[in-house]
Amino acid sequence: MEQVQVQQHPLSIYFKIWTLLFILSGLSYMVDYLQFQGYLRWSLIIIFMLLKAGLIVAVFMHMVWERLAIIYAVLVPTLAIMVFIALMALEADYTFLSRLIYFGR
Amino acid sequence: MSSDTTAASQKGFAGLAGDWASDKDAFKGVPWGKAMMWIFLLSDTFIFSCFLIGYMTVRMSATDPWPNTSEVFALEMFGHHIPLVLIAIMTFILITSSGTMALAVNYGYRRDKKRAAILMLITALFGASFVGMQAFEWTKLIEEGVRPWANPMGAAQFGSCFFMITGFHGLHVSIGVIYLLIVAIKVLKGHYDKKGYEIVEITGLYWHFVDLVWVFIFAFFYLW
Repeated sequence: MEQVQVQQHPLSIYFKIWTLLFILSGLSYMVDYLQFQGYLRWSLIIIFMLLKAGLIVAVFMHMVWERLAIIYAVLVPTLAIMVFIALMALEADYTFLSRLIYFGR
Repeated sequence: MSSDTTAASQKGFAGLAGDWASDKDAFKGVPWGKAMMWIFLLSDTFIFSCFLIGYMTVRMSATDPWPNTSEVFALEMFGHHIPLVLIAIMTFILITSSGTMALAVNYGYRRDKKRAAILMLITALFGASFVGMQAFEWTKLIEEGVRPWANPMGAAQFGSCFFMITGFHGLHVSIGVIYLLIVAIKVLKGHYDKKGYEIVEITGLYWHFVDLVWVFIFAFFYLW
């Protein structure tokens, strides 16, 4: 039986990440509250979202302390989602244009 | 050859089980329960990705105007009109619960049963309040006439996306609350004294994932 790695880390790191998550959530709410629009809004939303997601997966879910085998097993398959997004974005554009042409609105 | 009892020699279901379990250990140092939870979460990632990609597709191709979520989810509080306030509160509640869960995992590994269980119960309480607010939000939108097939504020697709995405997320939170309650009670009873406290971390993985999904829903559905 392999020795089980125990995920034991000082509490302070959790409090730091917790605070960061609060700040980032507050900032993403401010994007809406201050009514930023257009590319500024979208890029800020994505930046705060990715930072939050990264912190949760890396520290709260202990991913940074795991071995590479499990990190790759979990993170690499999600790259396929990027392809799916690109395909469906093309499809949506096509549907939208068809609707404009054939339904006149 | 009947005396050979290695996995390779067995047939039928015993052989099937043996082949899959023949002392192969891909994830070294990771308890099997944790590896299985990660794989489940990966499959769940694909489910929620399908929902969000479906939402992207119908939103991009909708010719009717998309409702302004900032206004749809605004509330009158203390005499002020605050945009998106309920969703912001729900976001903060879920993040708080993620923090208490992370602490519970830490105390679990320290074999501090009481603190771990209490923190898990607090996490479950935050989760339950989140589901309560979601029920309030659903009630409000249903009263305003939003249906999975129609929406008085514009594109009909808004209704179907809203109910499907938040509904599935709410279901995950509800299941998480039940899961947390069961594990917390078992921790208190000392069921894991011999087995070890990985179960708290596994439960934590599920709970953090629920928070993670909300991060994406908050960004793409509510803020976009």
